[in-house]
Amino acid sequence: MARITASVYTSHVPAIGAALDLGKDKEPYWQPVFKGYEFSQRWLKDNRPDVIFLIFNDHATAFSLDMIPTFAIGTAASYQPADEGWGPRPVPTVIGHPELASHIAQSVIQDDFDLTIVNRMDVDHGLTVPLSLMCGPQDPVNGAWPCPVIPFAVNVVQYPVPSGRRCYNLGRAIRKAVESYDEDLNVQIWGTGGMSHQLQGPRAGLINKVFDNNFLDRLIADPEGLAGVPHIDYVREAGSEGIELVMWLIARGAMNDKPPTVRHRFYHVPASNTAVGHLILENT
Amino acid sequence: MSLDKPYLDVPGTTIFDAEQSRKGYHLNQFCMSLMKATNRERFKADMRAYLDEWPMTEEQKQAVLARDLNRCIAAGGNIYFLAKIGATLGKSFQQMAGSMTGMTEEEYRDMMISGGRSVEGNRVVGEDGSAQAHRQPQGSSTKVGL
Repeated sequence: MARITASVYTSHVPAIGAALDLGKDKEPYWQPVFKGYEFSQRWLKDNRPDVIFLIFNDHATAFSLDMIPTFAIGTAASYQPADEGWGPRPVPTVIGHPELASHIAQSVIQDDFDLTIVNRMDVDHGLTVPLSLMCGPQDPVNGAWPCPVIPFAVNVVQYPVPSGRRCYNLGRAIRKAVESYDEDLNVQIWGTGGMSHQLQGPRAGLINKVFDNNFLDRLIADPEGLAGVPHIDYVREAGSEGIELVMWLIARGAMNDKPPTVRHRFYHVPASNTAVGHLILENT
Repeated sequence: MSLDKPYLDVPGTTIFDAEQSRKGYHLNQFCMSLMKATNRERFKADMRAYLDEWPMTEEQKQAVLARDLNRCIAAGGNIYFLAKIGATLGKSFQQMAGSMTGMTEEEYRDMMISGGRSVEGNRVVGEDGSAQAHRQPQGSSTKVGL
């Protein structure tokens, strides 16, 4: 039987990818950010999963305004790093896990979550920056990510986005789906995006450390209550793009009901326009 | 009956909802076209001619030509789409975000390094924070747009 052993939460700021790709990661500005992931890279080497289920949002890359799926699961064999306008990131191709992904789609849709199934999709910084942070730099040709990845894209670009409650419940349905897969696989679920940030308008640059740290506390100890926070609280308190944090609730909902072990917690301001938050939780 | 939009009183913020999306459809799709290197080159070679290939409003085209992201957002643009214009012009996301505040690049960067813009006074229209209309533009930049 497949099982979810741990969840990882991290911001996916594009400038972090650019810093790595342009060799700026040793600069004083970026040092504190990457230092926060040194433990995580060791942890991932010691706790290498068979599959990573990676929740992210597409930033007007694979999905334009032609189609806006609320929840989209990737069932392809592989995914190419996207050209977001600066040229594609020099990172390895992402290898999928079509069998488990299709199984999860089948199970979760029967559980009343109407997923869009995607067989062709380029993946943007939302997916590749968390991989870079957790795995360290990889040669685009000779390197490889440590295991197959199932991309799961959530619409947080056009309002209304799914509620925290719906995301949390979706996580529970994903847990059930994974646990009904026959093969004995160790699966990690990663929730990405956030933390507080606003990229638009005169209010750009908003950061709210109090909100962010309270979110981290509650994600660990009171996810059920946290799931009840309405959209407007995210917008007002964490900035218009802070709404990405609802994606963390999907990963948290996929954990079991016992209190998790907190393996790592990190918070830093700023990375470009954004507060960086990061957690590793293990199932007990 | 009109829909509940509780986000209309957040200062300095335009929520990209279905209405904005409808308004900005062609503007945002033009931005998407800049994900192809050949289109980026064609756009840079003659911006007006490239824009004229799209059924955008004149205001949308003028906003793009002025590189004024606030104006683009008012015309239905979304920042993740508009970012393709910035990328085409070789600008970072920080430069793009900063360009909407009236701050110079250095002022905006310094604000972020010292902890970002405070939420205090910036939650609801009518308070006295830095993002409120009567405090904008807040920096010393004389340039409008990117």
